[in-house]
Amino acid sequence: MAASSDTAPKTNAKTTGDDGGHSAGLSRWLVVAIPYLWLAIFFVAPFLIIFKISLSDTAIAIPPYTPVFEGFGAIGDFVSQLDFENYVFLTDDPLYIEAYISSLKIALVSTVLLLIVGYPMALAMARASSTIRPTLVMLVILPFWTSFLIRVYAWIGILKPDGLLTLLLHAIGLMGPDDQVQIFRTDTAVYIGMVYSYLPFMVLPLYSALEKMDHSLIEAANDLGCPPWKAFWKITFPLSLPGVIAGSMICFIPITGEFVIPDLLGGADTLMIGKTLWTEFFGNRDWPLASAVAVVLLVLLVVPIMVFQNQQKKVA
Amino acid sequence: MKPSRFDATVLALCFAFLYAPIVILIVYSFNASRLVTVWGGFSLNWYKVMWSNQGLMDAAWITARVGVISATLGTVLGTLAALALVRFGRFPGRMLFSGMIYAPLVMPEVITGLSLLLLFVALGVDRGFWTVTIAHTTFTMCYVAIVVQSRLLTFDRSLEEAALDLGCPPVKTFFRITLPLILPAVLAGWMLAFSLSLDDLVIASFTTGPGATTLPIKIYSQVRLGVTPEINAICTILIALVTLGVIAASISTKRAELRRIRDEHLAVRNAT
Amino acid sequence: MAKTLGPVKRKFSPWMDPAAEPFIRFENITKRFGTFTAVDNLTLDIYEREFFSLLGPSGCGKTTLMRMLAGFEEPTEGRILLQGKDISNVPPYKRPTNMMFQSYALFPHMTVEKNIAFGLEQDKLSKGEIAGRVEEMLKLVKLEQFAKRKPNQLSGGQRQRVALARSLAKRPKVLLLDEPLGALDKKLREETQFELMDIQHSLGLTFLIVTHDQEEAMTVSDRIAVMDKGVIVQVATPAEIYEAPNSRYVADFIGDINIVEAAVKETRSALGAPGLVELDSKGLSLAVEQECAAVRGDTVAFAIRPEKVRISADPPLDRSVNAVHGEVWDIGYLGDFSVFIVKLEDGRVMRAAQANVSRLVDRPITFGDMVWLTWPVEAGLVLTR
Repeated sequence: MAASSDTAPKTNAKTTGDDGGHSAGLSRWLVVAIPYLWLAIFFVAPFLIIFKISLSDTAIAIPPYTPVFEGFGAIGDFVSQLDFENYVFLTDDPLYIEAYISSLKIALVSTVLLLIVGYPMALAMARASSTIRPTLVMLVILPFWTSFLIRVYAWIGILKPDGLLTLLLHAIGLMGPDDQVQIFRTDTAVYIGMVYSYLPFMVLPLYSALEKMDHSLIEAANDLGCPPWKAFWKITFPLSLPGVIAGSMICFIPITGEFVIPDLLGGADTLMIGKTLWTEFFGNRDWPLASAVAVVLLVLLVVPIMVFQNQQKKVA
Repeated sequence: MKPSRFDATVLALCFAFLYAPIVILIVYSFNASRLVTVWGGFSLNWYKVMWSNQGLMDAAWITARVGVISATLGTVLGTLAALALVRFGRFPGRMLFSGMIYAPLVMPEVITGLSLLLLFVALGVDRGFWTVTIAHTTFTMCYVAIVVQSRLLTFDRSLEEAALDLGCPPVKTFFRITLPLILPAVLAGWMLAFSLSLDDLVIASFTTGPGATTLPIKIYSQVRLGVTPEINAICTILIALVTLGVIAASISTKRAELRRIRDEHLAVRNAT
Repeated sequence: MAKTLGPVKRKFSPWMDPAAEPFIRFENITKRFGTFTAVDNLTLDIYEREFFSLLGPSGCGKTTLMRMLAGFEEPTEGRILLQGKDISNVPPYKRPTNMMFQSYALFPHMTVEKNIAFGLEQDKLSKGEIAGRVEEMLKLVKLEQFAKRKPNQLSGGQRQRVALARSLAKRPKVLLLDEPLGALDKKLREETQFELMDIQHSLGLTFLIVTHDQEEAMTVSDRIAVMDKGVIVQVATPAEIYEAPNSRYVADFIGDINIVEAAVKETRSALGAPGLVELDSKGLSLAVEQECAAVRGDTVAFAIRPEKVRISADPPLDRSVNAVHGEVWDIGYLGDFSVFIVKLEDGRVMRAAQANVSRLVDRPITFGDMVWLTWPVEAGLVLTR
């Protein structure tokens, strides 16, 4: 009796179980597969293509490159035709190397400037009373929601030789009526633009690291005889390091490839790789060279991007 | 902690730095004079000029459509991606997946733009409205994924287990329990995606084609020629739209917060 | 005092009946998370209408065991049978079990009414039927006037009741309760324990409760399984668990107890044959009357509950009882009881508890007094595990 009554319901349970498990498994699979495929096609595949095209010859056709790789039968051809001339060209022409170095330098200086401006701001926000903190956060986020382009553009009117800054300095008498501010179209203007545009990106990670810090830690340090400034260096700053790293990476990486700010605020001698790439692409229509420029830029940024990803993973 | 004078000064200076250029831009959009540095009295003239600039208006319309479609697609994909990241533990290729979510956040736009363009060329797709939309979907979905992910991380999973336990199948549980509860984050993700799409110049420049000039591309081409009050006017409108959106959203969160506090008081009264 | 008392309880012990079919059977269940073994080859039978507790410290595998029954975790090895049917492959939304979650897991966007109706809606019952059942449940947990409230408009105790009503609404074959009273304050917890017992009794359901609170388990359960590191150490009634723990672990986990290492000097006992066991613990001679499989020379533990130790300033007259001499080191006044901490001559410490039967302020025994601790041979325990 036990055997017969046992088997029938068991098979029953088994089928229902499998059925349910299957549909759940399918929807689970779709949840992963859909965004995965989308990103694989529109984010990863383009990088493979850019890499491939950077190895091909320039042609004066549209698309302006000679395809290197046609079909899977041509792998031998592909290898034999592989062509590093674009990369050789990049290393031959000092313009490109200088542009890379200059980009990294501008990004580094901008990031340091952002830390110098952003840290006290984030700290002041974190120390503000909890009633006004949400408002302060919103005030930092709000410019971030408004167009990047518009915010950079706004500085042109201020920094132009006949712009509002000159006017202001004339008005308060810091400058003779015939002098003009010579900032527009210089690296200084680029730095101002960078700090201005990226400030929210620096402040928010710093703030979130500082804000969740337990204030009793500082009180404990003070209680144990550590003066406030020392408590800052020994307690607050080390604990905010994840925020410092996150903020620095979020700023440093895109600034290295920045185009809009050097283009609108920088001068002819402001060398940045994003601008160079843009010119190669839209001006000289040399797609393979532009691709090679992009690949090298990517290689330069691989380490900072890895650091950023690790940081994000730790937070999540 | 006591609000120190130092902190107040820092905040005042920083916010002045953040807002002064925007305020100046808005003020000068109402300037009667064409010269940016000379105040010629209040005027709405430039708004009229802007309104009758067909090219600018067309670009605005295209941008709005790209924004709505890409933000919606990006929100769906980003929400799925967030679920995959938070809920499905280990799956093959998870490392690559999370890398694909985080990398676009910091990737220089010139690289993303160029590489997408080359993909479209390789696929033989005509560039235009849809290529820009796809490009925007791709980078905005990552922002949405981050926003929704942070909400899901604090989501009490026993709510979903309770629904399953009461006989609700998994997909239905998602729509009846999970989605309603993470909806604020999903909507915030949508707004962020929309505003990012609205702002983007570089990626759109690479991936656009004839007849799909977006507003930032239009503004950029005019800005290169110099500051004009007409551009100030359209910028002011964009700023106003975004600001209103953000303020409306924050007021509704504030309301929800107040309601929650009131409910808790009610609960405490009940208990006694 | 409870306002209303439920029906008088009858003696209930199906586990003593060899013919009784178990309602739930965990059969050689193992659950591993990566390299960590949460449940280790565990076998357990639970009978219909039983109020069964899984008791143990956090991380002992009790919650994992319950979640496997609910269907949220799949056993790595073994089977789970419900009324003789293997339910291992049935997804949670198709199992006839319902769970009351530790966090209550009330849906915050639904009213109390909607929360309770949620499970019934999944069964596609008619509107009228659902409304009737919801009303019945609200009445059962005395929350009729809160039907339209949202969970965050309720107090902790009310939320707990909604969670209970929701999990009972589908009339599950087994109700699983995960630390159901953990979030309530002590007084409310005690009241609710009795209500839970009444509900279980009047609905005639099988309850499986997971708790780390030994008092709670003792109060509500028909039987308790004490778990440690993924295995069950002892399954028995609360009284057996307390009075006849089978191991040092159980003796130490439940209630307060004195435990010392000892060697068997002489034994007239075997398994199934109670007799006198004489022990030597670092020169102290102790005697216990019980059934015990240990043989001469074995190292065992001797255990005795403090309330079974008598404290007195005078030496015992009866030579057959155990007696040790020491100095009162500390006294803990607990209201109903006082606990005397006595330092024995060899430096070891023993606790004795005495009920404070009169409102005597100047107790006769005080700090520094030399006292005798005595207990009869049937009060102590020899623990071989």
